[in-house]
Amino acid sequence: MAGRNSATKRPTRTYLSKDQLATAVRLMLTIREFDEQAMALYRAGEMRGTTHPYIGMEAVGTGVMTALRPDDYVTSTHRGHGHTIAKGGDIRKMMAELLGRATGYSGGKGGSMHIADMDKNMLGANGIVGGGIGLAAGAALTAKLQGSGRVAVCFFGDGALNQGILHEVSNLSAIWKLPVVFVCENNQYAMSARADWSVAGGDPAGRAAAYGIPGVNVDGMDFFAVYDAASKLVQRAREGGGPSYLVCQTYRYHGHHAGDPLNYRQKEEVERWRKLDPIDRLTQALLSGKVLTEAEIAATRQSVVEAVQEAVEFAKSSPEPGVDQLMTDVYA
Amino acid sequence: MAVARTAPVARLVPAAVASAGETRVLTYAQALNEALFEEMRRDAAVFVMGEDVAAWGGGGIFGVTKGLMEEFGAERVRDTPISEEAIAAVAVGAAATGSRPVAEIMYVDFMGLAMEPIVNQAAKLRYMFGGKAKVPMVLRAQEGAGRGNAAQHSQSLEAWFCHIPGLKVVTPSAPADAKGLLKSAIRDDNPVIFLEHKALYFNKGPVPSGEHLVPLGIADVKRTGAHVTVVGIHTMVDKALQAAEALTSEGIELEVIDPRTLVPLDEETIFESVRKTGRLIVTHEAYTNAGFGAEIVSRVVTSVFDYLDAPPLRVCARDVPVPYAVPLEAAALPQVDDLIAAARSLVRGER
Repeated sequence: MAGRNSATKRPTRTYLSKDQLATAVRLMLTIREFDEQAMALYRAGEMRGTTHPYIGMEAVGTGVMTALRPDDYVTSTHRGHGHTIAKGGDIRKMMAELLGRATGYSGGKGGSMHIADMDKNMLGANGIVGGGIGLAAGAALTAKLQGSGRVAVCFFGDGALNQGILHEVSNLSAIWKLPVVFVCENNQYAMSARADWSVAGGDPAGRAAAYGIPGVNVDGMDFFAVYDAASKLVQRAREGGGPSYLVCQTYRYHGHHAGDPLNYRQKEEVERWRKLDPIDRLTQALLSGKVLTEAEIAATRQSVVEAVQEAVEFAKSSPEPGVDQLMTDVYA
Repeated sequence: MAVARTAPVARLVPAAVASAGETRVLTYAQALNEALFEEMRRDAAVFVMGEDVAAWGGGGIFGVTKGLMEEFGAERVRDTPISEEAIAAVAVGAAATGSRPVAEIMYVDFMGLAMEPIVNQAAKLRYMFGGKAKVPMVLRAQEGAGRGNAAQHSQSLEAWFCHIPGLKVVTPSAPADAKGLLKSAIRDDNPVIFLEHKALYFNKGPVPSGEHLVPLGIADVKRTGAHVTVVGIHTMVDKALQAAEALTSEGIELEVIDPRTLVPLDEETIFESVRKTGRLIVTHEAYTNAGFGAEIVSRVVTSVFDYLDAPPLRVCARDVPVPYAVPLEAAALPQVDDLIAAARSLVRGER
């Protein structure tokens, strides 16, 4: 359950400036609005394949990314829109990619599950569960070899906890002391399988002890809890302390993908988690702390809706890729 | 055995084929080792990792990475645990962020454990990201039979990788090519599967010192002949040359071609040879069924069918796990006598 074994005490929100906090609110609202519109486009038949909405999990990606430098590396998952937006991705190019347009991040070659922003050190969403884990460690190895002080963050879900690559890379990263933070977004379901059934031992953060590295559980619905824990682990990695696990207890409000019939969980459970809504909690905290005003938040909401709408219009009005692009980019 | 080595067909040799320095006699393993030393000295982004490649193994089970750790240190020459998927996946991440890993999978048979990052990450990142990423990595492994290593340590699995767009696949047979191709592979901005052969490591041959580069995608015509084109991979190049020598007394001339790289494939050199000979044998230690020989036959039949005087033949391994006992292993692999018989049948119509 959320907050269980939370290693963080009360948030150290004073570490963050008003600008940073306002940015976090804007990013979380953008993630939610972007995925709402992506689902609408999918249901309207305007999007192919599928899309995996990040809605409900915004505090995890945003909290972790707030703890990073722009030159730090991130690897993502099939549920990658939130990570891309939080890392500073361009929602126009993202939406265009979702609609398979030439103006998209990948020129329409990748779609929802293959968006990367190499200039922002976002090394890609990944269609393979656990596929980004080794990539993150490889990026951390580059950082170590170059002595750049950069850190890699690897996002993965509770499903990837049971892929063999996680063990191999956790062990390798620990013996090599790589600057990588493994962030498990435990949204309670791997496709339709409950994490409390699929994950033996019940406490994935506890696995870290076997590698001799820290393992921390946080309330993934709480931006401040995620930010605080991530800051400590990222700093530790940056200073040469090596890898760690950060397990964020969170929830996806919608299905595994936009077409998921969601016949495997109860409405009451969804309602219980929605009461912990990460955006409501952050905005309430900032209002009560007099960091932001109602008017400022309302203005942000409005500008986010407009920006996402503009991104949709940009995508819809963009051309599809020409067939002459079919065989390009296979080899460098 | 003295074999006349002919230069590759002139029109296929780009100006970039660079050779420098004197030529010494080195083993295939020494030639690879020299390539690694030279490339690591040339480019600080190049690093080596794998099982037993540094301190633990004293430079790899065949000595290919010998001495690297002593010169370049344990940061750039890294022993890994036995974790093939991690080796391949970490190489992809390192390559995508500016490093140039040369990672080793000890036996190609263990590639099964590493196929996910090779097939779904290394080969596809660039395309999936619309050309915005590059993955300049080399994944070395050795393959092949002949040393009694049995079914899980003797396979030739090059066809697995040839099937995947985005990968390059290199299969050197001669020491000089081993050096020149490895240097080119390290400088290539794409993932290169570099497949050595365990029975070739101690073969000796002339190897130019210094800047000797063999471009990927240029075949080598090892011997010219008028009657049958034989395209051989790894050990089968030498066996084809032995067959050619044996057949001279019967007036049958084999033209022996080592493609050297399978992806990209220098198909034009093969086509040109078949236009001359009208007959084709493909030969490799990989299983016959769905082996790369089938791809070569298919391309030849499609492109130069009118020049063929007989159906192309495959002289490849039997479709059976590689056995342990001496007579069984020998019977599973294509031998010189099989090549001789196949060539006779093509020329004389003895089917």
